[in-house]
Amino acid sequence: MGRYILRRLLQMIPVFIGTTLIIFLAVYALPGDPVKALFGDKAADPATVARLKHQYGLDKSLIEQYWMYLSNLFKGDLGTSFSQREVSDILGDAIPVTIQLALVAFVLEAVFGIALGMLTGLKRGKIVDQIVLVLTLLVISIPIFVIGYLAQVYIGTKWGIVNPTVTDSNDITQLILPGIVLGSVSLAYVSRLTRTSVVENIRSDYIRTAIAKGLPRRRVVGVHLMRNSLIPVVTFLGTDLGALMGGAIVTEGIFNVKGVGNTLYKAITGADGPLVVGTVTFLVVVYLVASLLVDLLYAVLDPRIRYA
Amino acid sequence: MRGAKSAKWAACAIVVAMAATACGGNKSDGASGDPDAKGIFTYQSTEPQNPLQPANGNEVGGGRILKSIFRGLTQFAPKDGSLKMAVADKIETTDSQHFTVTLKPGWTFQNGEPVTASSFVDAWNWGANTKNAQLNSSWFADIKGYDDVHPEKGDPTADKMSGLVVKDDKTFTVELKQPVSYWQYKTGYPALSPLPKAFFKDPKAFGQKPIGNGPYQVEKWDHNSQISLRSWDGYKGDDKPKNGGVDFKFYLKGEAAYADLQSNNLDVLDMVPPSSLTKYKQDLGDRAVDQPMATIQMIGFAMYNKDWDGVDKAKVRQGLSMAIDRDTITKTVLQGSRKPANSFLTPGILGYDPNAKNDLLQYNPDKAKQFIKDGGGVPGNKITILYNSDGNHKPWVDAVCNSITKTVGVACEGNPKPDFKTSRDLITSKKLGAGDMFRTGWQADYPHIASFLADVYRTGAASNDSGYSSKEFDDLANEADKAKSPEESAKLYQKAEEVLFKDMPQIPLWNYEENGGYSTHVKDVTYDWIGDPVWTDVQVLKK
Repeated sequence: MGRYILRRLLQMIPVFIGTTLIIFLAVYALPGDPVKALFGDKAADPATVARLKHQYGLDKSLIEQYWMYLSNLFKGDLGTSFSQREVSDILGDAIPVTIQLALVAFVLEAVFGIALGMLTGLKRGKIVDQIVLVLTLLVISIPIFVIGYLAQVYIGTKWGIVNPTVTDSNDITQLILPGIVLGSVSLAYVSRLTRTSVVENIRSDYIRTAIAKGLPRRRVVGVHLMRNSLIPVVTFLGTDLGALMGGAIVTEGIFNVKGVGNTLYKAITGADGPLVVGTVTFLVVVYLVASLLVDLLYAVLDPRIRYA
Repeated sequence: MRGAKSAKWAACAIVVAMAATACGGNKSDGASGDPDAKGIFTYQSTEPQNPLQPANGNEVGGGRILKSIFRGLTQFAPKDGSLKMAVADKIETTDSQHFTVTLKPGWTFQNGEPVTASSFVDAWNWGANTKNAQLNSSWFADIKGYDDVHPEKGDPTADKMSGLVVKDDKTFTVELKQPVSYWQYKTGYPALSPLPKAFFKDPKAFGQKPIGNGPYQVEKWDHNSQISLRSWDGYKGDDKPKNGGVDFKFYLKGEAAYADLQSNNLDVLDMVPPSSLTKYKQDLGDRAVDQPMATIQMIGFAMYNKDWDGVDKAKVRQGLSMAIDRDTITKTVLQGSRKPANSFLTPGILGYDPNAKNDLLQYNPDKAKQFIKDGGGVPGNKITILYNSDGNHKPWVDAVCNSITKTVGVACEGNPKPDFKTSRDLITSKKLGAGDMFRTGWQADYPHIASFLADVYRTGAASNDSGYSSKEFDDLANEADKAKSPEESAKLYQKAEEVLFKDMPQIPLWNYEENGGYSTHVKDVTYDWIGDPVWTDVQVLKK
């Protein structure tokens, strides 16, 4: 197990270098000159442009720039954004917010998604199953920004139950509504996925054996059935964690949450290279760690899987 | 039935969760109506893109803060943009090239340091210096010796501009490279603010928590969230704040700000999002604001292209202008958020004539067809309009194209580019074809006609995107620059504007309207000539 984890951690290094290089190249392939764009509609003064480009190292060749970036990265320096703030400061502000938001969404989708999936799987064909099917299909088919604006207009503005936007991004109670919106689609997927898995496994031999052995129903469902049915769900939840962290751009925009998605959106529109690469690098690390955790969880859920 | 129970439980949990969020916010409504001189209000804004250094703030997010915490030599009356002395007692000149500036006594910075002649001169020298890479450094380009501190290439050969001489604590003289009869107006722009000594010790740290000499001081810059300004007791100007301060809350989307305004979570905003333009007057009633601001939208021609040479082709451009039905487009597609332009200028600036009316800017299908025919037709008989698709321009560009095609039968289509910088790169490359028109907007930096004309249409002017060059216009502009006063200069510039109508290097479309609003917690919210709220006048009501 220890060797397996070590091997996986070592594999992360080439993946990490490869992805940062691709992002780096992609940012610099964007059309338009980000430094000139700082001047807006006004004419860019050539001497100042040259000075700023030198300051940000943009006058060097791409390979040199990448090398500089990597070597600084290993010293813990993520570079300076075009706003002249340290990228590490900006991310330091945004990451805790996003983690809280993602956590709210994740807990919601995991708890309610699996619960609904189990319920409908066990009661397949019954009225509960039909209702949940319709509701989840509805949520999946409505784009998330529609759900977001509807929630904002009704729950926030019309009924005044909560603030229409988040006034303090670090207050987790204010992140509940955005979290519900953010997690809603995944919740629907999780419940559908769990249901399918449950329906498939309930007919399998080991369940029949367990019932024939005379095990209590609680143990058959809770341990034998659920544990095996969760394997595909865990895979989905693992990758979804990454998506929740980076893909919250729409939700963060609607509710004015100052998280990573928000930072990334602003960085891309401003072609703020150092900030884009820094943010995406963080997301890459999140995905890598999440997928490692998923693989390790497999071993826990399925005793047949052993990592040597 | 176990399943049904757990579903019920789920529904309850969500309700509880929402109730918990309700505890987190939502101010109570019902202000008592009496103003509270110490009250603080919130205002919609965006995170400043640059450190808060006066010569580095060229976008709205940072510009507003600088405007509130600094006062320069002059300032503009909010309502009509007329020039008023601020820190300067007087600015004297006889030839519009040599100025003697005398400062009022008693002004200090927020750290107690007096505002002296050196506070200005040192700040300007620093801002102009190439080494400091300030985005607004070209604002000092009029001053003699600018090229020494800001050469086109390489390091500066001096660190002081020879045109600036400190006479004593309260007096300094300014020599310009050539006469600029409206230079007093330029000194009202935040880039020309004075700076205390603390700035030069550590400009970077200063940019995070600046020390100004204006009505407000920075209490805290909470990055990506808000900047809190508090009124400053030591302010010497006439426009002392009638409130305790402003919190500039940063929003990514206008929709989010508007939703907050409707539930009194935000007090003042200045840009109703396009999606709410049709209903904001019903939503807000008499708290809705609709007034002109000094920004104009135009579409420009690539005048550097040979196919546009000659007097005949000017007629074609005039014809295209008359083929655009501005009245209908502003009323329908733009939902009244713009007013058809009557000139190359906007309301609220010196030199603008509200009663001006020019036939070339009126929709006239017959004359349009005639003019284009007389001029030999549009080169290639096809037009495209280049614009950036991240600025909500598509609806009106398509409408303008439809209007042109329908009226004069010239094929026309929009040419969207993914974002602002991509379109800017194409426009400033000056390699567009004759049929390639482009969107261009211009906001006045100072409320004088020169800001709309000299900076945009003079031969070789930095922002002359059309590459327009007319000896007649240049001569008139030069004459206006030599005028004895800004008023006289404005009259002469009006003559130069007539040349623009003759040549039509760009087609003025419409002026922007300020569509704003405010909550029930504040009163006396007015907006200035450039479309910013007059922060110092806002009164906060007691809760």
